[in-house]
Amino acid sequence: MAINRRDFLKLSAGSGLLLATDVTPSFAASAHLPHDAVGILYDATLCIGCKSCMVNCKKYNSVPGGALYQKDGSIPYEYITPNRIYDSPSDLSSRTLNIIKAYKSGTGENKDTDTNGYSFIKMHCLHCLEPACASVCPVAALHKDPNNGVVSYDAKKCIGCRYCQVACPFGIPKFEWENASPSIVKCQLCHHRYKDGGYSACCEFCPTGASIFGKVVDLREEAKRRLTLTPGSYYDYPLKTVDSAMTMPKKVPPYNDHIYGLEEAGGTQYLLMAGVSFDKLGFNPRVTAKAYPELTWDYIVKIPWLIGALVIAGAASHLATRDKSEK
Amino acid sequence: MRCTDSGFDRIPNGVSRRDFLKVCTASAVYMGLPASFGAKIAEAATTAKKRPPVIWLSGQECTGCTESLLRTSHPTLEHLILDLIALDYSETLNTGAGHQAEEYRAKSIEENKGKFILVCEGSIPVKDGGVYCKIAGRPVLDILKETAPKAAAVIAIGSCATWGGVPSAGPNPTGATAVYKILEGTGIPVINIPGCPPNGYNFLSTVLYYVTFKKLPELDDKLRPKFAYGRLIHENCERRPHFDAGRFAEQFGDEGHRMGYCLYKLGCKGPETFNNCSTLRFNDMGTWPVNTGHPCFGCSEEGVGFTAPLHSPARPLYITPPTQFAPATPEKGKGASAFAAAVAGAAIGAGVVAVGMNLGKKDKEES
Repeated sequence: MAINRRDFLKLSAGSGLLLATDVTPSFAASAHLPHDAVGILYDATLCIGCKSCMVNCKKYNSVPGGALYQKDGSIPYEYITPNRIYDSPSDLSSRTLNIIKAYKSGTGENKDTDTNGYSFIKMHCLHCLEPACASVCPVAALHKDPNNGVVSYDAKKCIGCRYCQVACPFGIPKFEWENASPSIVKCQLCHHRYKDGGYSACCEFCPTGASIFGKVVDLREEAKRRLTLTPGSYYDYPLKTVDSAMTMPKKVPPYNDHIYGLEEAGGTQYLLMAGVSFDKLGFNPRVTAKAYPELTWDYIVKIPWLIGALVIAGAASHLATRDKSEK
Repeated sequence: MRCTDSGFDRIPNGVSRRDFLKVCTASAVYMGLPASFGAKIAEAATTAKKRPPVIWLSGQECTGCTESLLRTSHPTLEHLILDLIALDYSETLNTGAGHQAEEYRAKSIEENKGKFILVCEGSIPVKDGGVYCKIAGRPVLDILKETAPKAAAVIAIGSCATWGGVPSAGPNPTGATAVYKILEGTGIPVINIPGCPPNGYNFLSTVLYYVTFKKLPELDDKLRPKFAYGRLIHENCERRPHFDAGRFAEQFGDEGHRMGYCLYKLGCKGPETFNNCSTLRFNDMGTWPVNTGHPCFGCSEEGVGFTAPLHSPARPLYITPPTQFAPATPEKGKGASAFAAAVAGAAIGAGVVAVGMNLGKKDKEES
């Protein structure tokens, strides 16, 4: 019987009755790719740093249903100057769901090269197959969709404990520090656009095909294919979506032989490729293939027993210490 | 260096000394020389015993390069051809015609052997012995091969002459070839001034540089003068800040297009085209294609103009490394440890004060 962690805790919170049941859930069983899982493949070697994804992310998430929607319909710029000339966030924040960062070393002349080179990197939620943020959320405000696998957020449930911020290995959930009734803000893969046939704005507006949207199985296949190409040969890179009819021929660069997100943190729905090693692009090298909720599972699995034991111990102590003279 | 008044005796009426110096100073500035070189250029142009002769050959061309040059105003073309250079032969501007013009060309070439500048406009067909372009009954290929060795330098003007341009676009039925390729291995100096058309001032400045310093300006690996073709159009484009801020026109006539946003997504080839259009502009009125709302199509760049589809996205060449991006791995300060040290220091200080006060008290009590 596969049982998810949330249901499991709900059950266990009930009573010590669970003591009698045989609970042997397995994490391996739930770490599979959701049916119809969608994601993004980002190829840093195609990125030209035009920030079109950042601009359109804000624009298309400021509509009703979007992660940045404001009641007055305004776009939450990072620096609000009267003329709003240049929006230049320094990191993800409650106003920025997606950011292009750059790695630069030495003279910074050669693109996608470790030494004396530079590379762009696009950071937003990786939509883990086993999201640590959803695992730690005490009120289930963060939720992984069982069908498309998008990790979304319900502001109505959030109590502002910020456990998710601490738990996320990529530093993705951001808190509205400036807000009187704050909530968590994060990329939700533009899931409010799916019903009208839309998809992630960052992919739709990427001019070079650096970000492409699609089913994770297709994206994985595409990423693996790119690693098998001979550097220097030409390849028709798809634009916007992985199954797009629009392609752009481009010379294959020497890739760093690694697809980030295939295994990291138990696998993610956002996959990344680059010419530079990923620890230089801001990814913590201590993140392993182990799913984060797994780290606490050994403890959490004992909680029903603990609750039962507490109930018994409490009852026993009550019995032992009650004032018999009352009668 | 001053331009002596006597030098102006030779200048026809209608040009003041002041205007003429302005022209020369502007030319100096285009070439990235100090403005003070304007006087030197003026002197060279006026004191030269004989104006440098120029032979202007036309191959497979549309005369657009000449038309562009005709529209320069500082100096105007009549200044150029009457005061600065001696345009001995040009099919567009010749007063004579037919055998008369051809005779004069032959005469000028013989008289000025090794001294004249040969300007080539248009590509040279080489297929079938060059029969696809003939002047006075002779293939232009033969005329070029015969004339070039006698010239001091060859200036290839326009994309056709510099790398083939329109006539060389596939399937290239005439075998249109660039001038420098035909003269390869002959040791004849060639300067390429690509563009469709090139800015007239890029040509003028090159000629004036030669007239003044008696040498060719510094050239890049594609034989283009560095003062004009040293930078990408993208680098100095007035729409560049929009590119850096991620603001693009998505379609012709959309909101972004009307707002003057970057035209990269409409297929602007500025990021892969070396030229100075974005700073020098055209027609003396500060206009150029990007300014009017149309993307650059890379007319001056081999392999881009007339080769890449008009509205296909450019493959940006990275000349400027990124500086305006958030760092991928931000440097972490030593804030916490510095704070801890400060707290520890304050605690020790407070302790010392407290002990001191206690001792003082004891001293008072004892006394």
